[in-house]
Amino acid sequence: MTQLPLRAQLASALGRGAATLSRLTGRGDGSVIGGRVGLLLEPDLLRQLAQDKKLALVSATNGKTTTTRLITAALLELGEVATNAFGANMPAGHVSALAQHKAAPYGVLEVDEKYLPEVLHTTGAGVICLMNLSRDQMDRAAEIWLLAQKWRRALSGKPAHVVANCDDPLVTWGASTAAKVTWVSGGQRWKEDSWCCPECGGPLDRKGNDWACRECTFHRPEPQWVLDDDAVIDPHGRRWVLDLKLPGLANRSNAAMALAVAEAFGLPVERALPRLREVTSVAGRYTTVERDGRYARLLLAKNPAGWLEAFDVADPALPVILSVNAQGPDGRDTSWLWDVDYRILRGRPVFVTGERRLDLALRLDIADVPFTLVDTFSEALAMQPPGRVDVIANYTAFQQIRQEFGRAV
Amino acid sequence: MPSDSVLRLVWIYPDLLSTYGDQGNLLVLEQRAKRRGIPVESIRVKSADPVPETGDIYLIGGGEDRPQILAAQRLRKDGGLHRAVARGAAMLAVCAGYQIMGSTFGGEEGQPVEGLGILDISSGRGTVRGVGELVAEVDSALNLPTLTGFENHMGVTRLGPGVRPLAKVVTGVGNGDGYEGCYAGHLVGTYLHGPALARNPALADLLLRWATGEDRLPPLDDSRFEALRQERLAAVAGQ
Ligand SMILES: [Zn+2]
Repeated sequence: MTQLPLRAQLASALGRGAATLSRLTGRGDGSVIGGRVGLLLEPDLLRQLAQDKKLALVSATNGKTTTTRLITAALLELGEVATNAFGANMPAGHVSALAQHKAAPYGVLEVDEKYLPEVLHTTGAGVICLMNLSRDQMDRAAEIWLLAQKWRRALSGKPAHVVANCDDPLVTWGASTAAKVTWVSGGQRWKEDSWCCPECGGPLDRKGNDWACRECTFHRPEPQWVLDDDAVIDPHGRRWVLDLKLPGLANRSNAAMALAVAEAFGLPVERALPRLREVTSVAGRYTTVERDGRYARLLLAKNPAGWLEAFDVADPALPVILSVNAQGPDGRDTSWLWDVDYRILRGRPVFVTGERRLDLALRLDIADVPFTLVDTFSEALAMQPPGRVDVIANYTAFQQIRQEFGRAV
Repeated sequence: MPSDSVLRLVWIYPDLLSTYGDQGNLLVLEQRAKRRGIPVESIRVKSADPVPETGDIYLIGGGEDRPQILAAQRLRKDGGLHRAVARGAAMLAVCAGYQIMGSTFGGEEGQPVEGLGILDISSGRGTVRGVGELVAEVDSALNLPTLTGFENHMGVTRLGPGVRPLAKVVTGVGNGDGYEGCYAGHLVGTYLHGPALARNPALADLLLRWATGEDRLPPLDDSRFEALRQERLAAVAGQ
């Protein structure tokens, strides 16, 4: 690699120092603080750090942390990989990630949807992985139609190779200005944000994963990769049973995307897939924690599409603890609870906690789902019989639970 | 009460205007009617389909700029909502759905876009986004408790003489002139987005009273609603 100019070297060294400090003082994973210090000193740092790396950017509303982890796991087969493993997905986090592995020939960066144009522009990344777009915390997130429009502008005229989920109409529209696209049929479980054509606003006719606009020519492109239940069919027609340790349909979809990205880096499925199978949990997601004989599996669900995915993973035979907060990172507005169909939980013992438990309580009441209201997660866990229980929590609620278990997960 | 004694709730364009929990208003109305023994039929009208004229309560929600413009165009062309309103149907219009009921509203670049002319209001784009908890005291003629909810919009709405302000803002932005929302006849418009009725069950009952023609509805156990209302009002007061 080329030498970084002195000022940039100093900036990234300082950034690493701050990250260590933040970890030591228990203020976080350290990944954002380190990057902020670095960026203040050297705004051009991200471009310089990215310069000599083969980079993949990963963006979506849901699954970007997990998919980033899966792609990283695969590319480790080729060599050292720099990555923002802790979900610090804005430029400060990217600087921190790349600075920690300066010599790595590869980089895989999770990128916040809003920042994708900027990060693409700055890093000139060669591969972009785009998975899904759906309603998220609207008091801070951008409107998704607008977001897709920005992706279109950013990708237009760039040499980047895009790997995109063609089952999501909005993602397809956002990706389709790119010079080269590999389409992956990764499925789309949450459809409430794509009943209308992103191109003309006309109604989309949908059948299975296929979709087409009734009023213009916009339609689903033919996929090269297809997620087929528990397997992936590659562009040569070979069927690979995934057999992941990560649970659920959403993760099989993430894995399909990861395999297509790996191939864009020249890594064939037979070498990538065994690496994906080794991933068991991602930043605490899907981890099981134990206290007094209660085994709680932690599922993160940040928005309506995320709750659908969590319901797909949760075991209907088990009790479930739900925890909802509305701090800044969660979105301060709890309206999204009304977009989630909680009726699937009828018949299970349901426990409700979190800082906004009264919002969730009313929501469940209206859905005719019986539940027990509990002040704290610890109390809810203590109320369980010994054995397994599923926990579904949104972002800060999830982090609070991890914290209780010493973040060892 | 409607002629065949089924209360018809019509949710307009969930495929375009349902950005954040708008379904909640439908579910709350459904439940409050059912718990009082009123049979309910809920109709979800997608934007490619005609709006039925025979509904009793019409609901329309919030959305992004582009879907908002599309919804206005389609509703104008369809005419079903206009005919329903002329018949005296009740309506709750929220956020983007509230704005399009007026003569004009602000488009993607703030340009004026023609609305439906159902409410005597006109809206444009403000300079700052109003995001956060909103508290407002409802017009005394309606005899409702404090309005509470969440707003998230950049709209500024001017009320004409044909409507009255729904409430006077205590905390938040609302229309931008110190008032929040408006009402006229059996029509209500509000910036309280998403499930406004989950925070304001009395407003839900007002719509139900209008639609059924009953002055009094049997009381319900509203302790869940009340607990949430008190928590939110206390949270805003403590800010
Ligand atoms: Zn179209």
